[in-house]
Amino acid sequence: MSDTTEPAGDRTGGWTGALRRRAVRALPPDKLLPDTQPSYMSSWIYVFGVLTTVALLVVIATGTLLALEGPGWWHVSAAGTYVNSLHLWSVELFMFFMVIHLWGKFFMAAWRGRRALTWIIGSVAFLASVGTAFTGYLVQQNFDSQWISTQAKDGLNSVGIGAYFNVLDFGQMLMWHIVILPLVLGLLTVWHLLMVRRRGIVPPIDALTETPATTTPQATAEQEQS
Amino acid sequence: MRPRMQPRMQPRPERDPASFPARPYDLVKEFTIALVVVALLTAGLATLFSSPDERPVTVASWSRADPADFAATAVAELAGSSKSATYGAPYNNTPGAGQKLGPVGLQNAAGVRIPVDTAGDFVLGPLRSSPEPAAVTAAIATWTGATGTQQQTWATNYTDALGKAPDGDPAKVAAGDYGPVPAIDSRLTALAQSGALDGQLLAEGGFYQSDYTRPLLFLSDGSYLAGLADAQHLSGDQWGMMNETGNYPGQAWLWLYTFWYQINPFSTSANGDALVWAVMAVLSLALVLTPFIPGLRSIPRWSRIHRLIWRDYYRDPH
Repeated sequence: MSDTTEPAGDRTGGWTGALRRRAVRALPPDKLLPDTQPSYMSSWIYVFGVLTTVALLVVIATGTLLALEGPGWWHVSAAGTYVNSLHLWSVELFMFFMVIHLWGKFFMAAWRGRRALTWIIGSVAFLASVGTAFTGYLVQQNFDSQWISTQAKDGLNSVGIGAYFNVLDFGQMLMWHIVILPLVLGLLTVWHLLMVRRRGIVPPIDALTETPATTTPQATAEQEQS
Repeated sequence: MRPRMQPRMQPRPERDPASFPARPYDLVKEFTIALVVVALLTAGLATLFSSPDERPVTVASWSRADPADFAATAVAELAGSSKSATYGAPYNNTPGAGQKLGPVGLQNAAGVRIPVDTAGDFVLGPLRSSPEPAAVTAAIATWTGATGTQQQTWATNYTDALGKAPDGDPAKVAAGDYGPVPAIDSRLTALAQSGALDGQLLAEGGFYQSDYTRPLLFLSDGSYLAGLADAQHLSGDQWGMMNETGNYPGQAWLWLYTFWYQINPFSTSANGDALVWAVMAVLSLALVLTPFIPGLRSIPRWSRIHRLIWRDYYRDPH
């Protein structure tokens, strides 16, 4: 609905009102939190999306617990070691769920129907997750950190990244691991989820409205691109 | 004359999911159950398997466990012939160093942003900032007063002699023209074994520090750290970086990145790291842009795996 057709009273509220109206138009409550789904959404592969999301929450929660006591705590405390183990295994689960989710969405060609941006955000989130996990390994302050950082520096230096992203600098890597990358990953995840809700679950391949017509190469290309 | 095309189902934009039959689906309930299950699974795995925490190597533990390796590495740092001393950008200017992608040298283009002078930072600086015996003061003066050629002669002679000495033991080196090198090397080894060098390499005259670039470069120039890693199956030709100590899954998601290092030309090229990064950059871009890449975006349709995922729908589309 265009603004010109709205009653005058609906255009009040300045920027705030405009933002609210735009948000509600894009994602009305029943689309944001629907209590029904299309009947074709019937496979275990769908579970891996929500599993990835909740695993990320467990990763953030356990990482926050580690942050409360500082980076050295888990080396000298049994409780700290356990919390570190929770963090490690939640990351392993998160990455496992996400890779299955990614492969599932690939074989569903889930970018169809104006969902390319959802795919792009998700795949960038995957790459950001790899970076976040990598910096986690660098800030463990143990032998693994020493070895991984001294090995990884050569790859990063070889393309000039190491001059700005110094994996041997514990302080810099800690900031990336607990501030910058989680923020990026969190925003990408929220954006990804909102896009999923906005576009809905992608229909099965070739689930089209059937009308007799002549197939043209152009039509085929358009369908593949959509 | 072309044969008349048969009427077929014309491909159209994807249907709106709302146009399909719907069924009740409780997202919040699903989310809550998933959260509980993943939290319990995490707790179970953490309880069963804990997490690896191998103590870090210190300069002190290295110089005590393998003094010969430390002494040889220290001489290389002093002479400017170690891996770090000849690394190039971002640590120092070394003619001919730096990897390239064809004619493009991104490594050198980034410049020397983390300057490292191995002789000054790893050897002479720490010695000067410690209580210095007169013999060491004199040795440093002799070293700094000598020409570059003379310094290289002394360092090379001493490195060769260390290689020939039983167990590389500095105490068993034959007499020769080594100038002040043995005195400097011996004092640095003593400082390292006392633990003082760890602090000096990190502090660099300051108090608060969180940058371990210099001690890590020094450690990685020796063969002791690599030997420990090799014993833990962490070397580059053992799929090194994606693994971690002990029987843990490590960063399994780095398998593709690590894979390239196992095969030619990446494993043998002087520009291997840059080549691997270039390949991974292209592949990452392809992943992100999959919806727009002809052929790649059609694989799902050809694979028929979607018939398995949506088997209920395809069994009864209506």
